Amino acid sequence: MEEMVTVYLLGKKYSVPATLTIMDAMEYAGFKLIRGCGCRSGFCGACAVIYRIKGTTELKVVLSCQTKVEEGMCVGKIDSFPINKRTFNIDEIKASDNIVGQLYPEIFSCIGCNACTKGCPQGLNVMQYIAYAQRGEYEKAAHASFDCVGCNICASRCPAQISHSAVGLLCRRLTGKYIAPKCEHLEKRVAEIENGDYVTLLEKLKKMPLEEIKELYNKREIEK
Amino acid sequence: MSAFTEDMLKSMAKVEATRAQRLHATIERFTAEEKDALLKEFHPDYSAKGFKVLEVGPNKGQKVPTELAALLEGKSRLEGVKLDLERIDYDVDVLVIGGGGAGASAALEAQRGGASVLVVTKLRMGDANTMMAEGGIQAADKANDSPATHYLDAFGGGHYKNIPELLEELVTKGPLAIDWLSKLGVMFDKEEDGTMVTTHGGGTSRKRMHACADYTGAEIMRVLRDEVVNRGIPVLEFAPAIELLLDEEGKCAGAVLLDYDSNEYKVVRAKTVIMATGGAGRLHYQGFPTSNHYGATADGLVMAYRAGAPLIYADAIQYHPTGVAYPAQIYGALVTEKVRSIGAQLVNAEGEIFMHPLETRDVAAASIIRECTVRGKGVKALDGVALWLDTPLIEMLHGEGTIAKRIPGMLRMYAKFGIDLRKEPILIYPTLHYQNGGILIDKNAETKIPGLFVAGEAVGGIHGTNRLMGNSLLDIIVFGRIAGTKAAEAAKATRLGKLSLEHVKAYAAEEKEAGVSGELSPKLLPVYTHGRDAR
Repeated sequence: MEEMVTVYLLGKKYSVPATLTIMDAMEYAGFKLIRGCGCRSGFCGACAVIYRIKGTTELKVVLSCQTKVEEGMCVGKIDSFPINKRTFNIDEIKASDNIVGQLYPEIFSCIGCNACTKGCPQGLNVMQYIAYAQRGEYEKAAHASFDCVGCNICASRCPAQISHSAVGLLCRRLTGKYIAPKCEHLEKRVAEIENGDYVTLLEKLKKMPLEEIKELYNKREIEK
Repeated sequence: MSAFTEDMLKSMAKVEATRAQRLHATIERFTAEEKDALLKEFHPDYSAKGFKVLEVGPNKGQKVPTELAALLEGKSRLEGVKLDLERIDYDVDVLVIGGGGAGASAALEAQRGGASVLVVTKLRMGDANTMMAEGGIQAADKANDSPATHYLDAFGGGHYKNIPELLEELVTKGPLAIDWLSKLGVMFDKEEDGTMVTTHGGGTSRKRMHACADYTGAEIMRVLRDEVVNRGIPVLEFAPAIELLLDEEGKCAGAVLLDYDSNEYKVVRAKTVIMATGGAGRLHYQGFPTSNHYGATADGLVMAYRAGAPLIYADAIQYHPTGVAYPAQIYGALVTEKVRSIGAQLVNAEGEIFMHPLETRDVAAASIIRECTVRGKGVKALDGVALWLDTPLIEMLHGEGTIAKRIPGMLRMYAKFGIDLRKEPILIYPTLHYQNGGILIDKNAETKIPGLFVAGEAVGGIHGTNRLMGNSLLDIIVFGRIAGTKAAEAAKATRLGKLSLEHVKAYAAEEKEAGVSGELSPKLLPVYTHGRDAR
């Protein structure tokens, strides 16, 4: 006999197999998910839920596709949390002059409560990357926020009303475009292609008889 | 307590016992003849079961997966619905259907081309297979590589069935795509001097796999989505398209949407349409689990087919060799090929190597299935059998900390269920991963229906009958951009006539004539009950 647990999904009591994730338990209970379900693999941040074990004080926030049900779980959903993303022209801004602080001045209102970090289902040190952003250390903020899936649980818990995921994303885009070292071999290849350097070679391959190109493929040298 | 069962632990001990001697072992690759034989005998595409010959539409007489046939030969959601097509809810130059990587790239380029653009998507912007592509994106941008070498790798890997002019676009515009993404701020893994960190994928002859840790697709998707917002492109979420609209001359002229919140139909008139609806993993062909997104139900193929656009290689499905076979909570999820790129080996229940870890995906999947079936060398896992992916090798080869740095997503996914893949190997089995075929396009991304463009996984022909790792993230960008640019250009010269759904009626009549009746389609979302009905 399969082990069952009692859970409360959006306030209603259900008995579900103990092996299921919270998301699967919702489907088992009969919910037809449209909101609050995305990649089902922990990469998209669509399925944040908030729960406490019945009778306890502590609230937990997790991705429902990545968390197993437990006895007494009382589950609520966070399908969409409003953050305040600022728009910018990536070609016109620079990774200097406190640009992140200018676009997101509320980061300086952080009171250091660390609720954001405690709430992160990815285990990121959210408060730390906000601190890096405050100090203009955008590359550090970029790396510290890199695994963010944008579920915005952090923002839902922040007394300073910071939109953390948007701050992290801006820091990463600044890093990718301006701070990371330029890639010379890429620039060189782009110039060659724009110059049409590979057109003749590709024409030849496109027209090559099947047996000839098979031979070429099967005998090609493979980089170690 | 270990997360593994006792039987698994016994087999794992054998894997551990042979690890040191396997570490630097030279492993032969299969010959061309061995590969052909493996595929014919063990790849699900070659199974006689699981396919149906289509009886209606442009590909009448050709076989497609049974589950897809039921939708292609299905019933329109608008059958019997009275809809006033004169009442237009949205009127734009370019309509983009789908909010994944291809749709976002297309929208950005269409707007840059001067068009008014509307993106409509079934779930949220960015809810797509792009977000879940972990391993990397190919592009021939290093000195020892060239677009021609990339062409050869993809052509051989695709069984010489790739459409040459499409493949030429893919490989030639590859480095340009990386450049475009870098300039938008995508953080590729680089050495300190700016050199891209690149690895092999299955079937590559040069190390041209660029990555952003194992969040490559997620990193690309979140940057593209952010840029769509920055550019003020309107996005309508939770509003899947359910039929294309044509005009009296047969030009594509928009789509009918189903608003998920109000349950109302919305009419979009558009001078050109870009179909970017992605794949079909959630149709679970032949009962396989899938690594795909919740919304991957082949909607675009169904709508385009009904409107008269031919498909190509719709019977060629990619089973990713390494899907999660255990634990149950993440069954079917993707274990990125990058795990093998950086040193993990495939090992059977006896602790033996049985293949080179970087064969092309179809060959690798077939080889794993052979090992688990006729050879009986699988490990019992959940309802089936599985093989080991020996992940502790990675840090023996490249040093401590490599896994956290290069595949943090994998480390985290397993850790949540009590497995530390730095110390223990993991159990895998092939999972339904990618639709190699799709809607036929030309090199401008346009279909046989004037004004209908396609980009991303919904396209067929670029990859032949087997796509290489890292060529999908590349194709969504390359063909997304082409589709956006060309659709915006075409919109300028287009004068639409009266909107019509006559093609849907004509198709239904053809179905009636042929005596076929499938399911309500497009499917939009799968239904899961996790065994509730069996109780």
